[in-house]
Amino acid sequence: MGTGTGIGRVRGLGSAKSGAHHWWHQRLTAGSNLLLMLWFVVSLLRLPSLDYIVVTQWLSSPLAALPLALLVISVFYHFRLGLQVFIEDYVHDEALKLASIVLLNFYVIGAGATALFCILKIALGGAAA
Amino acid sequence: MLVSILHRATGTALATAGVLCFLWWLVALASGSEAYGIFHSWVIGGGAAHPLVNGLARLVGIGLTWVFFQHLCSGLRHLLLDTGAGYELKINKTGALMTLVASTVITVVIWLAILVGF
Repeated sequence: MGTGTGIGRVRGLGSAKSGAHHWWHQRLTAGSNLLLMLWFVVSLLRLPSLDYIVVTQWLSSPLAALPLALLVISVFYHFRLGLQVFIEDYVHDEALKLASIVLLNFYVIGAGATALFCILKIALGGAAA
Repeated sequence: MLVSILHRATGTALATAGVLCFLWWLVALASGSEAYGIFHSWVIGGGAAHPLVNGLARLVGIGLTWVFFQHLCSGLRHLLLDTGAGYELKINKTGALMTLVASTVITVVIWLAILVGF
């Protein structure tokens, strides 16, 4: 932590001592989303079809299941942060804002757990029926 | 201005409609071939679902493709702006317009590849 320059004093030393992590995590997950979503779009387009057997066989490979699980974590964390800012900026009633934030957290955890469970089930469930 | 608000609008659309479509696909896939067959016949076609349903699904798919790439392109623009670059009026405006051009071109190319198959 710098002592001389203005930026050195500001870095991590604001009045609240923290707070930039939200902004930083949004950017961090933007980067991981970029890589993982490009992989996902290209992979889907390269599959010969989207038939059940084709997709389940593809997802039963760790080389597909693992990046897809990482994608879910990265994308869902990213949109949780994004929607939080959206709610904070546009919902002005305090009670409604709190309710919206609670709902957002339920939604992201519920949807994220569902997605991860499905990926694991397909990946670990053995060969396609 | 337009592109900035579009970033929030497209992000919200992806987090709701995009995520729900993704979940439908994954849950159907994990539930077995019968459940996936319903998804497949609704979204991709060639099944019991009415062609009108497939047409609507295709429109949603094209729409979500554009929404995704618009969010990706304006997200990249925001990362560049975060470095402190590109705030001159002309450059800033050109960058904003470029995101619209890029997302539209990518959407057209992808869907031509899917529908025409080149």
